[in-house]
Amino acid sequence: MYRPLYARDVFAELDRLQREMQDAFDLSPSIRGIGRGGFPALNIGGTPTSVEIYAFAPGLDPASMEVNLDRGLLTIAGERPANLPSGDDDESTVHINERFAGRFRRVVSLSDDVDPNSVSADYRDGVLHIHVKRHESAQPRRITVQ
Amino acid sequence: MNDTTAVTRNESASRSDTATRHEAAQRSDTTLLPPVDVFEDSTGITLRTDLPGVPKDKLTLQVEAGTLTIEGEVSIPTPEGMQATYAEVDVPRFRRVFTLSKELDTAKVSAEFKHGVLSIRIPKAEHAQPRRIDISVS
Repeated sequence: MYRPLYARDVFAELDRLQREMQDAFDLSPSIRGIGRGGFPALNIGGTPTSVEIYAFAPGLDPASMEVNLDRGLLTIAGERPANLPSGDDDESTVHINERFAGRFRRVVSLSDDVDPNSVSADYRDGVLHIHVKRHESAQPRRITVQ
Repeated sequence: MNDTTAVTRNESASRSDTATRHEAAQRSDTTLLPPVDVFEDSTGITLRTDLPGVPKDKLTLQVEAGTLTIEGEVSIPTPEGMQATYAEVDVPRFRRVFTLSKELDTAKVSAEFKHGVLSIRIPKAEHAQPRRIDISVS
């Protein structure tokens, strides 16, 4: 299942090993497993008014991607074609094959304060950016003292 | 520290190793190794690599002294004041170097960059291309 998408130099790899050891000894991991290493790689951030999800999914047709938000679970699914020369062609040889190909699906559980009715997504430079607004009631407000 | 790079750094304080990871990300020579596909046919070599989040102007491709260097910097516009909570891509730089072989014609390298995928075509030199040799029977 684990396939490193982006390897690093030796110091960073040692760092990753240390982190994975910690994950392995975690007594209560997430029910959906340790997500790292799946395709696409995800970065998640938040502002007081929104949740921002960045999926590193290069080489896809934006129309073929499926983004769903159902009961607080955000699903990103799609398929990436292999685009390698087929094996029956004697003229070509595949020397390195590291890039992900095939169907993918990643699920992220979002916090309860997001508004499922205001989700937007755009695709730029191979990165799918999903913007989910938080509920008005959950946003920070300044209360005036009378 | 500008807003565009915030997403690639993990600012979560929940992990005890955040400090060391942070240090690793700051080290200027730390780069991510982008995955590649390389295949060859009779007229040349095609290389494809994933560089998501790299805009066209932050991509450098260099052929020098028989090596091919691919470098790209991740630059993603993020909303102001965003705090990264989880990051799998935590170094904002890609770099990979390949040694080319002699029969490749480095003067005729062509490249295309679309949706974060870079395709490079390196043709073989004329003299290295397969030729059919006619045998004359006397």
